Amino acid sequence: MAKKMHDTPMLDQLESGPWPSFVTGLKREAATKDIMVDLLGQLETSYQTKKGYWKGGTVGVFGYGGGVIPRFTELKDENENPVFPDAAEFHTLRIQPPAGMHYDTATLRKFADIWDKYGSGLIGLHGQSGDIMMQGCSTANVQPAWEEINAMGFDMGGAGPALRTSMSCVGAARCEMSCYDEAKALRTVINANIDDMHRPALPYKFKFKFSGCPNDCVNSIQRSDMATIGTWRDNIQVNEQQARDYMNGHGMDKLVNDVISKCPTRAITLRNKADAVSGDSISTVAVDDQHVMQIENHDCVRCMHCLNVMPGALLPGKDKGVTILVGGKSVLKIGATMGTVVIPFMKMETEEDFEKLNELSRSIIDFFAENALEHERTGEMIDRIGLVNFLEGLDLDIDANMVTHPRANPYVRMDEWDEEVEKVSERKAAA
Amino acid sequence: MAELRAPDECGVPDPAPFMHPTLRKNYGKWVFHSHPKPGVLYHRAESGDEVWTVKFGTARQLDLYTIRLLCDLADKHADGHMRFTARSNVEFMVTTESKIDPLIKDLNSHGFPVGGTANSVSMIAHTQGFLHCDIPGTDASGVVKALMDELHDEFIKCEMPNRVKLSTSCCEINCGGQADIAIIMQHTKPPKINHDLVANVCERPSVVARCPVAAIRPALVNGKPSLEVDEKKCICCGACFPPCPPMQINDPEHSKIAIWVGGKNSNARSKPTFHKLVAAGLPNNAPRWPEVAAVVKNILAVYKADAQPWERMTDWIDRIGWPRFFEKTGLPFTKFHIDDWRGARTTLNASTHIRF
Repeated sequence: MAKKMHDTPMLDQLESGPWPSFVTGLKREAATKDIMVDLLGQLETSYQTKKGYWKGGTVGVFGYGGGVIPRFTELKDENENPVFPDAAEFHTLRIQPPAGMHYDTATLRKFADIWDKYGSGLIGLHGQSGDIMMQGCSTANVQPAWEEINAMGFDMGGAGPALRTSMSCVGAARCEMSCYDEAKALRTVINANIDDMHRPALPYKFKFKFSGCPNDCVNSIQRSDMATIGTWRDNIQVNEQQARDYMNGHGMDKLVNDVISKCPTRAITLRNKADAVSGDSISTVAVDDQHVMQIENHDCVRCMHCLNVMPGALLPGKDKGVTILVGGKSVLKIGATMGTVVIPFMKMETEEDFEKLNELSRSIIDFFAENALEHERTGEMIDRIGLVNFLEGLDLDIDANMVTHPRANPYVRMDEWDEEVEKVSERKAAA
Repeated sequence: MAELRAPDECGVPDPAPFMHPTLRKNYGKWVFHSHPKPGVLYHRAESGDEVWTVKFGTARQLDLYTIRLLCDLADKHADGHMRFTARSNVEFMVTTESKIDPLIKDLNSHGFPVGGTANSVSMIAHTQGFLHCDIPGTDASGVVKALMDELHDEFIKCEMPNRVKLSTSCCEINCGGQADIAIIMQHTKPPKINHDLVANVCERPSVVARCPVAAIRPALVNGKPSLEVDEKKCICCGACFPPCPPMQINDPEHSKIAIWVGGKNSNARSKPTFHKLVAAGLPNNAPRWPEVAAVVKNILAVYKADAQPWERMTDWIDRIGWPRFFEKTGLPFTKFHIDDWRGARTTLNASTHIRF
């Protein structure tokens, strides 16, 4: 039995209603844990005053420089004593989940038992970077809790100016849109660079995210410094039975309004069977006895819309791989930036392919470490130095897929034009 | 120190041993999916193996009773496995269709809402807030609980034109991320500086460097080295607060909540987009934030009634135009909606494309 609960009239109002209540959960833990009784006390105070009361500090585990988020209370009485002493230390251990966030119940129960023993009983599944958040630990309990978690085969996540915990979508485990082994790519890149996660020494944070297709279910383009997004080069695959099933279920109106007219590049045409055109880059599928749907794959930008609307009838091609985009981040400091293309396509099938991805990742981290200013993200660095300097520093070939449109102003020095044209011609000849 | 154990730098665990056996067996070999009903997904593999996924919402911040309850339910219904989505929903996989309804019944009886699939309003991506953040302007879990209570029906039904992703953030750093509708704390007053503490707590040059508009400069205040803010230049972003806590940006009265719409990370149809400001000045009204809920529900209702099937929020606005978005939602369009940050010129209407 824990000590007496504090009055929490504002938090109590979050116990009603149909959505699961975190307050009810916190109160269950408070029945046996003083740390949670006092956490509720401080949280209620925040609700009353609309102020936060945590400050950071330095708490860690032996051998690592990051991964623990220290929290010390700033809510003190006139003698500088914590108003809620049992929650005066409320640190979080960030733990990396299995790629794709799959669990068996034995593992989750072990986490629960460890947190019953050492922590507040509060586990966040998951943080915005994908960490298992073991929240509410005293300074003294951080090391022993960590040792038990580590013994389960789980490792600390990232915090501070470091490589951060990564995320991949469900992907190959349960999705027909998956264009590569996302979990393998994630583990290849993160585990090869784990030193940069555990010993923060970069200019600022660096995030990788891995999505299996352009639907980008883990939001890699906006939330990661280097996004690896699945795509394909050849024609969209078709399945006539599924296409006919779609037509039977939805009808011609839906096919025209929901699929064909929403294609962003007008790459899809509906034709009478007799008028069907042929060509190497055309995917053709009969939707009924009279009509075929034809996709000009050179015009298709792999946006995924038609595949999403007609699942199974249309599938990614066979020549799969990934597009790499660099520079995504949130607001600080120059405003949010989207990742932009630095490699339009690379294969991601063989061990050599994954090794190439690993080498690219390492080179980008190194370039970032050497060239970014303190507290500058990769996207900001590229904004400052220009994409071409970034590409040249990494020895990446320029490609017209990297721009929305070419330069629209003449303010550039171009006296090396002939040499550049020569380089491009040589590259073309070598390809 | 001898007893301290050196860490095993094992990195990210291989998901295979944790994965539901049918997913593991058919890894990379899926060919079809459908959406039999709200909260349920059907997937078929090349081998003919079938799996039904039942998705449901959680509080994200989970107590041990809830985690153990989830384990009991997964052992009973779903072969002892589960996975979590990026929006803190849980997915149980079953391999027999007849297992779906008893599972849903059991989940509902324990208060877990089943839904969040396809054209639903899914769980709100959110941050830590008062519970664990060192710089929060508001709470996170509380805002989300209050809003999801209001949006419960839209989570368990799938009646939206397309999926709707929401996020909340407790300051302008926007850890909650881009979303169809994002609810973000917006400070409206410059930081209040405790000059007694700055010299001891803050590394002044890095605080100066942190300001996006160069409004901070070193200064001697009351004989002590401190920092001062050019309040005319200050955009109240709060970037100085994390490296220098004596520059308090949070203001119980003047820190307000803003609503942004039209963010999308998927490439489907249009290219990915950032969300745009539509409303601001809403009070930070704990514990249920009714003013925020009213604006969000209004936008959702207008979108639901007006958008075509498969149009995300941004696709819909792209079709009807921003003037009609403001007209239909009744939200005022003000001078603050006109961007003046870098690149702002590309956001102006350089055409005669005007809808009447």
